[in-house]
Amino acid sequence: MSARILVVDDDPAVAEMIGIVLRADGFETVFCDHGDKAVDIFHESHPDVVLLDLMLPGKSGIDICRELRAESGVPIIMLTAKSDTVDVVLGLESGADDYIPKPFKPRELIARVRARLRRNDSASPSTVRTGDLEIDVTGHRVTRDGEVIQLTPLEFDVLVTLARSPGQVFTREVLLEDVWGYRHAADTRLVNVHIQRLRAKIERDPENPEIVVTVRGVGYKAGGVAS
Amino acid sequence: MSQRRRSAAAAASAPVKRLGWRWRGSLLLRVVTTTLVIGLGTVALLGAYVNTQIRDGLVETRVDRVLASSAQDAALAQDEINASPAESPADLQDLVLGLFDKLRVLGGGDRGLVMLQDPANDSAVPLAPPVTAEALRDVISDEMRQAVQSGVTQPWQHVALPESGAPGMVVGSPLEIRAAGLYELYFVYSFADEEQTLTLIQRVLALGAGMLVALVVFMTWWVTTQAVRPVRHAARTASRLAEGVLSERMTVRGNDEMATLARTFNEMAESLQRQITRMEELSRLQRRFVADVSHELRTPLTTVRMASDVLYDAREDFPPEVARSAELLTNQLDRFEALLADLLEISRIDAGAARLEFEEMSLADLVRDQMEGMAHAAAAAGVELRLWVGPGEHTASIDRARVSRVVRNLLSNAIEHAQDKPVDVAVASNKRAVAVVVRDYGIGLTPQQAERVFDRFWRADAARTRTMGGTGLGLSIAVEDARLHGGKLEAWGSPGKGASFRLMLPRTSRGLGQSAPLAVMVRESEFAPLGTRTELGPRVPEALT
Repeated sequence: MSARILVVDDDPAVAEMIGIVLRADGFETVFCDHGDKAVDIFHESHPDVVLLDLMLPGKSGIDICRELRAESGVPIIMLTAKSDTVDVVLGLESGADDYIPKPFKPRELIARVRARLRRNDSASPSTVRTGDLEIDVTGHRVTRDGEVIQLTPLEFDVLVTLARSPGQVFTREVLLEDVWGYRHAADTRLVNVHIQRLRAKIERDPENPEIVVTVRGVGYKAGGVAS
Repeated sequence: MSQRRRSAAAAASAPVKRLGWRWRGSLLLRVVTTTLVIGLGTVALLGAYVNTQIRDGLVETRVDRVLASSAQDAALAQDEINASPAESPADLQDLVLGLFDKLRVLGGGDRGLVMLQDPANDSAVPLAPPVTAEALRDVISDEMRQAVQSGVTQPWQHVALPESGAPGMVVGSPLEIRAAGLYELYFVYSFADEEQTLTLIQRVLALGAGMLVALVVFMTWWVTTQAVRPVRHAARTASRLAEGVLSERMTVRGNDEMATLARTFNEMAESLQRQITRMEELSRLQRRFVADVSHELRTPLTTVRMASDVLYDAREDFPPEVARSAELLTNQLDRFEALLADLLEISRIDAGAARLEFEEMSLADLVRDQMEGMAHAAAAAGVELRLWVGPGEHTASIDRARVSRVVRNLLSNAIEHAQDKPVDVAVASNKRAVAVVVRDYGIGLTPQQAERVFDRFWRADAARTRTMGGTGLGLSIAVEDARLHGGKLEAWGSPGKGASFRLMLPRTSRGLGQSAPLAVMVRESEFAPLGTRTELGPRVPEALT
């Protein structure tokens, strides 16, 4: 079954062109051209990935992103015509997994979408422990003392990547490559924002993280070795 | 050692320095101190003069009176003795005692009397010369006695009285006592009253002087404060204005010079505020315009970009002319996109809207990454890239994206103009700065060209083709990026010998400092001594992704 992509963009030409590119690569597409309709169309169509423009008539892309994130872990990729720091960070903090600045190349779009659809399905152990967390890789579940912690697929991927190599330090660039599928150094703010979001969910005290530890000047590592 | 001595000297001179600093720093302190010194000096001189005058006047009057009364009494005593019929020693003794008592009564209680026998008196009649107090004998000096004996009329002398130590005066006169021969009579007067009067006057004078000085100092302080306060107020207001509180104003009170100062100051502030608000508004409009243009241009460009790539990917199915058109379209679209990005970037910098994201990282690592990323392009142009890294760490607070862009720009420029010769890159640092020099040995620049190389859309040779597809804004943006870091980007060139670019970035918030880690121009032979040659690893060139 081919993956379904919801494209939320008010510019008909851009939306149509994205549709052509995605369909050429075998994806199924659903469109939405107004901010107020986005959440309803999301409920009807159950997409696998959402491409979300930030500047929309009606409800803004940031608000839509927050609403979707509140109810679902669906991968959200922002499309942004602005590359101002504030907008990008705001978008990522409201729950987007990745962003593509306009204009972009078709291949870049496809690569990002595929990276979001890809699952950590390598043949490594299906259960990983880090600190007091138990990660069921195949079942996509994280539990602490039997209690399930809700993570988005992206946050789950970041955690699994770190937890599989306890103690190994991952630079932001390596994480970008492993988790986001970037082939060269890009915006490392992506990593920073998502590490913060992940910590807010899994750390007992996000101010003093024990599971995802910052290694100053280098990157991050999983701190708590399986006990 | 000398250093310790110097620091000890510095410690000793510190309070003096602080005092000097306060002295120069406060007009009030200066004026009040000056007034105090001048006032005290004047009052002291005046007081001394008045004191001397009064004392001299008092003493002179008293001396005149004393001389008059003693002369009169001495004459009276001589007359009484001459008129007396006494001849026997006992009668003479009685006469002298009686006369002595009479003189005591005439002179009052505080006049002392001393009678002494002239040493030349060899009379056969012995008399016991009386005194009012034994201690007074010491007061009579030898000079006094000699003066009396040698017949000086009314010799007198200032003396200190025994016991009380009060000032006094002695007047002498000879006395011939009939058969008993020559004797000396001394009157001792006390000046205790005069001294008391003088002390009282001095006290009153000192009190008056003190009050006068205090009044003058207070008045000076008050007047100066009145003058200084508005100035201080103006200074405070000005510094608040400088901090950006543009609505800050001085209060205008009355109609005097200070009010004029305040009014003029406020007018200046008003005009400044208007200007700044206008500039801010312009800058805000420009930022807004840039953001709008950015959005409005990018939306259609997104469609065009994708459409062109779709056409380009399918070009093999087209007839040759259409296929070539798709290729041209895609290539020129890349150039157009780069140009748009550069234009937007430079307007963002011009509008002051550029924000930097610093991270602590090594400039050497960043340069190596960029060189590895361009290895492919360099190899295609037949240019060898060589990296020389100086000893030590080369970390600084760097906005990675911007500095990478600057380095990439310098490298692509060097490769473009290298003319098949190698390109040398050196990284070095000192305490204050890190620097990278990119040197090529190609066509080079004239000094005039080196000056203009950072100008927007400037080309060294208008007819020359652009093989690397530069937008003409790269170096202009690079120089701005360096400036945003608090650093510098400089160029050197010589026709036929190549060009050299140096980027310097500060390592601390204190700026670049005086000495540079690297010269702007480095000779080919000087690269090896600068540092170790660092091999470039293979890496997927960014241009291909």
